[in-house]
Amino acid sequence: MSTTTTTTPTQAEWKFTAKDIVAKPDLFLSGHRACAGCGPATVLRLIMKATRGPTIVTQATGCMEIVGSIYPYTSWALPWLHTAFENAAANASGIEAALKVMRKKGKIKNEHIDVIALAGDGGTYDIGLQALSGAVERGHDFLFILYDNEGYMNTGIQRSSSTPIGASTTTSPAGTAVPGKLEKKKPITEIMLAHDLEYVATATPYYWKDLVTKVRKGLEVEGPAFLHVFAPCPRGWRSEPSKTMEYSKLAVESCVFPIWEAVNGKRQLSTPSKVISLAPQKKKPVKDYLEGQGRFRHLFKPQNTHIVDEIQQATDKRWQKLLQQCELTNP
Amino acid sequence: MTQPQQQEQPKQKIVAMNGDEAIAYAVKQCDVDVVAAYPITPQTIIVEKFSEYVANGEVQTEYVCTESEHSAITACLAAGATGARTFTASASAGLALMHEILFVTAGARIPVVLAVANRALSSPINIHGDHSDSMAERDSGWIHIYAENAQEAYDSIIQAFKIAEDPTVSLPIFIGVDGFTISHTLERVDTLTDEVVQTFVGQRQYPTVTTHEGKTVPFKLDPANPMTMGPIALQNYYYEFKRQQEEAMKNAYKKIQQIHNEYAQISGRSYGNGLIDTYKLDDAEIAITVIGSTAGTLKDIVDQLRDEGIKAGILRIRTFRPFPAEEIQKALQNIKAVAVMDKSMSPGGLGSTLFSEIRNALYDQKQHPIIVNYIFGLGGRDSSPQDFRKIYADLCQIAKTGQAEKTITYFGLRE
Repeated sequence: MSTTTTTTPTQAEWKFTAKDIVAKPDLFLSGHRACAGCGPATVLRLIMKATRGPTIVTQATGCMEIVGSIYPYTSWALPWLHTAFENAAANASGIEAALKVMRKKGKIKNEHIDVIALAGDGGTYDIGLQALSGAVERGHDFLFILYDNEGYMNTGIQRSSSTPIGASTTTSPAGTAVPGKLEKKKPITEIMLAHDLEYVATATPYYWKDLVTKVRKGLEVEGPAFLHVFAPCPRGWRSEPSKTMEYSKLAVESCVFPIWEAVNGKRQLSTPSKVISLAPQKKKPVKDYLEGQGRFRHLFKPQNTHIVDEIQQATDKRWQKLLQQCELTNP
Repeated sequence: MTQPQQQEQPKQKIVAMNGDEAIAYAVKQCDVDVVAAYPITPQTIIVEKFSEYVANGEVQTEYVCTESEHSAITACLAAGATGARTFTASASAGLALMHEILFVTAGARIPVVLAVANRALSSPINIHGDHSDSMAERDSGWIHIYAENAQEAYDSIIQAFKIAEDPTVSLPIFIGVDGFTISHTLERVDTLTDEVVQTFVGQRQYPTVTTHEGKTVPFKLDPANPMTMGPIALQNYYYEFKRQQEEAMKNAYKKIQQIHNEYAQISGRSYGNGLIDTYKLDDAEIAITVIGSTAGTLKDIVDQLRDEGIKAGILRIRTFRPFPAEEIQKALQNIKAVAVMDKSMSPGGLGSTLFSEIRNALYDQKQHPIIVNYIFGLGGRDSSPQDFRKIYADLCQIAKTGQAEKTITYFGLRE
């Protein structure tokens, strides 16, 4: 039941310069057990830099839940709750409802506490989709952040409905008869936009300032907000750990993962994608993005190169559609 | 129901309510912070009635209409972790959908109160009363209490918050009522005033934990004292967490009795000792052990049998977890033959759940009765009081001959 409009202070007021971000104490602390080059771990650290005050975090089961909470240690310097895999949004519902009523009854101090729900693509696209849809329909005031590494990496690199077409995973292996995953990536942000959310955005950790700004914007919304963050997984993608940020950049430059935000349904490209819309010659071929990743290696065998072409065509088509949705035309 | 020594009782209002309504009314009086629920027959009247209280501004409760039972129990768990008093209700498939989170709630030590309008599990789909749903959750780590009628359902819900939230317990609890037989049957319910209930239940209590800085803080999600709740505990710690749940159950064993007795003082109502409730059992030679509303029907039969000179009695198990083994051993020590009536099945098992547990409790006793299992009432199948006489007749025969022809009887079944 979110009827208020977003009042978004300017980015300058939020002081998200590199210096400010470094100065702000970490809330997702070092010492966790994430792999070298882990995209999601960087994403989490950045997200927590954007908090604006007392915050409770709840997290779905997954890599990032496991690596940060191995009892008796924790990486979380704020109140944090994990219960199961499919219910991060239901956790957020319960936390938010409790805060609301306890504040009303004077059982807790009358200060605002932000609620962030974190889940990977499994906990969002697949097993967590029902709870997420229910929670945003009910209008709970929380920010749901999806860190998308395009598969069930925690359990050993199985395909999810976020895994892109052509990718080889342990449950969609590239074989002699089947060239990796045959199905398209589910359009999760379109599903969330269809819920008429006040704020929906996409981001990647390479454009870190854009990411933290979007986290803050999502928190500012009174009601549910959704942020989709692209987060490369070197183990699952069979990519160089040192290239996580490079892929976070290439995904945007190739328009595989354009970054944008939609405030009250009005979609706008964020600067790095906007630049490509204005200067299409800067748009890189998907081949540049695909070829260094082991999960796509088989696509470069002669019998499969048509799949790379098909991915290029599908990416172009999605990009054109996005430009229309942003009321832009590609010159 | 036994009458405790009467102190001066506060005035009570007599209301005609079915079991579901009685539960909703008790929840209303307990000033619950968060109710999260999803409708399912025969629990629906609870959530409908509570929704009316919300719509009419009669409660200060955040009511979360979730999109599934899985999210309902999750929201209660999370709200409870945040410090709220929470309640939910379910049955059958709904309880089964909660299964995963029932274990999580108990392991996380969050005192959620859950009313179960007991109903058969699919398949075939069936909306009527039996205990298949909650018996399947035997090992979930919840406290299990079953009421005999609407009055006891009302009284038990009030006690439930105080038991669950006791810092030495801090476990979730469910109150079972037989689907339709209790949930939908209009009965006289004596109700306490809101003030009396709220004074009795009090504010939500929290166990305390010591932080790594040596600070003692309440066990809840609080930005002033950041706490990691629901971590991963591997081979080196998981087992200790589980063992602590067992300690909490031992504490619950005492607290259930203590809180039941305290409640008797303010209400004038008690149900045995809170763990087991007996009827004419002291000098009995034959007895039926049962859970729930069936005990009420059996009382009429026992009265008839007593008039006929047959020493029959009833042992009703009110608290199933923690399991009152010692109480059962004492209650049955002089009985010659016992029939355990199970309103659920354990296909392929040696009898059903309650039977196995009772027989297990008696194994080490030097002297114990011959014990047989009657599986009955599945999918709401009704038996008349006269049908139940047949069980006592069987027990008379067993007591006389000193042996049972068969251990397991499928009672009231077409074979």
